[in-house]
Amino acid sequence: MIADILKETFWSLSANKVRSGLTILGIVIGIASVITMVSIGQGAQKTIESSIQAIGSNLIIITPGAQKSGSVSGGQGSSQTLTVGDADMIVAEVPNVKGIAPEVSKRYQLNAKGNNTNTQVVGTVPDYLGVRNIAIDSGTFVTSQHVKSSAKVVVLGPTVRDDIFGVGADPIGQTIRIKNVDFEVIGVALAKGGTGFSNPDNSVYVPLTSAQHFLSGDTFVTSISVAANDQNSMTAVQQQISEFLLKSHNITDPAQADFTLMNQTDIIATASSITGTFTMLLSSIAGISLLVGGIGIMNMMLTTVTERTREIGLRKAVGIKKIYINMQFLAEAVALTFLGGFVGVALGWGASLLVSKFVPQLTTVVSLSSVLLAFGVSAAVGIIFGFYPARRAANLSPMEALRYE
Amino acid sequence: MIECKNLNKIYQTGDVQTIALNDVSFSVEKGEFVAIIGPSGSGKSTLMHILGALDAPTSGSYFLDGKEVSKLEDDELSELRREKIGFVFQAFNLLPRTTVLRNVMLPLLYSDTTDEERVERAKTCLAYAGMEESKFYNLSNQLSGGQMQRVAIARSLINNPAIILADEPTGNLDTKTSNVVMKAFQELNQKGHTIILITHEQEIAAFAGRVISIRDGVIESDIKK
Repeated sequence: MIADILKETFWSLSANKVRSGLTILGIVIGIASVITMVSIGQGAQKTIESSIQAIGSNLIIITPGAQKSGSVSGGQGSSQTLTVGDADMIVAEVPNVKGIAPEVSKRYQLNAKGNNTNTQVVGTVPDYLGVRNIAIDSGTFVTSQHVKSSAKVVVLGPTVRDDIFGVGADPIGQTIRIKNVDFEVIGVALAKGGTGFSNPDNSVYVPLTSAQHFLSGDTFVTSISVAANDQNSMTAVQQQISEFLLKSHNITDPAQADFTLMNQTDIIATASSITGTFTMLLSSIAGISLLVGGIGIMNMMLTTVTERTREIGLRKAVGIKKIYINMQFLAEAVALTFLGGFVGVALGWGASLLVSKFVPQLTTVVSLSSVLLAFGVSAAVGIIFGFYPARRAANLSPMEALRYE
Repeated sequence: MIECKNLNKIYQTGDVQTIALNDVSFSVEKGEFVAIIGPSGSGKSTLMHILGALDAPTSGSYFLDGKEVSKLEDDELSELRREKIGFVFQAFNLLPRTTVLRNVMLPLLYSDTTDEERVERAKTCLAYAGMEESKFYNLSNQLSGGQMQRVAIARSLINNPAIILADEPTGNLDTKTSNVVMKAFQELNQKGHTIILITHEQEIAAFAGRVISIRDGVIESDIKK
């Protein structure tokens, strides 16, 4: 029985190569277009998200509060209340913190080889790279070994390198004087552009301890940068840091806090609205592609109904039972949709890879869910519209089916 | 072999009632060659469909080989058609783009026979129906009308049926080919097959041993030669 159904399905499909081919083509195009469109959309979404991430939208910056002597305020950041200890405690106490980087920043005069410039000197820890999204162009960044030993090493921002050593020069191994202390250049950062806080390209980085020992001369830090795991945990992380610092600084009234928390709220708002728009765009693209693909498949299946209804009439007339007719036509619909489905997935995947290859700005991402969705909907449409008319025809009397126009 | 008692068939389309068969009773013995003749609209096709278990009468009873057909379910009717009735249609009704052999084997699908047995029986039937062996693996749409009808006849014989029903088998054929096909039916009848043939042409009916003429759903005459 089963062998007969499979053989009959195979014969029927191969005897009608044009019909089978066109049906499969319809399914292939439907599935491939959904997968490709969605992969381009998701690629674009990822690209946008990562450029927003590069600005550091999940960044929280803790600065000391205003120093107050009587009624005179020294202004934001003028007091010295934050220490490396605060940073260590935050890491230990607050969940969803990806990285934390205390820093001592101040502008100093730099000179080397007769050139000099005035720039921001940032004393910090290795985590700073990740927290502030800075990449190293050549050499290395400050390591924890450097921090431990208060090494006199410095990493230059690209602008500083250009100002002192000349555009594109290799300064590694050279020496720079900061506040009359010699620092050896161990790396150059990659150009990044503005962040909304400061220009990281026009900064130099030294180990935190070195900055404290040789430059500032105390144990306080000027700010602590905290990177939350993702945008969604920002609010909670900020809230918990605030509560924790109040407690550890023994302050009961939040209005009297000796620190300030800042984040890039407007960037986050923009980011989430862009992401939201993209999600809608993606859903519409997927929806329309599925609709178009589905109608194509439905069309192919339904155009063959007349011929197939007569065939079903004949099969019934020569005494084949309804159940075998139903099973054969179901098997045909399944075979066509799966054949078309696999080819479609492969083609869609290939097309996305080609788009990635030839359009470098568009990194496409093929997601399992789009593959499953495209395959699922096409298979369902193909099977329903392949099988349902056959089932209806098999329920007609053989004479009605034979005379079907 | 075949016994019809007071067969009635009424088609209802909206408020309009069409009486296709009105109290038709007759019987056919084994080995007879019967032509049912009548103009279009006479009810001969309806009668044919009832005899072929393709349609059920509105009232009355129809016995085939002593079995009451009008009481059977859809699947039982399929089984009956497969085992007892061979059909030859006016439009041949072969599977398109399919070999002659596969067309003849169609009624054997899903039966207990092995592939070799099916091919063997199909070849025997094709030879019996006068089909040249060189054409067995041709596709059905590459055949002439006469050849297609021979394939259809071979298909109707494959299950060694009790009766062969032919619905205007020469309707789509020229006179010369019609005569060849009718000769084939005569030969089958001489070999002992019971044949019931429907036609509206007197010349075709003349090949049969008995002619039942029908008009407006009523049997007008029943003449045995």
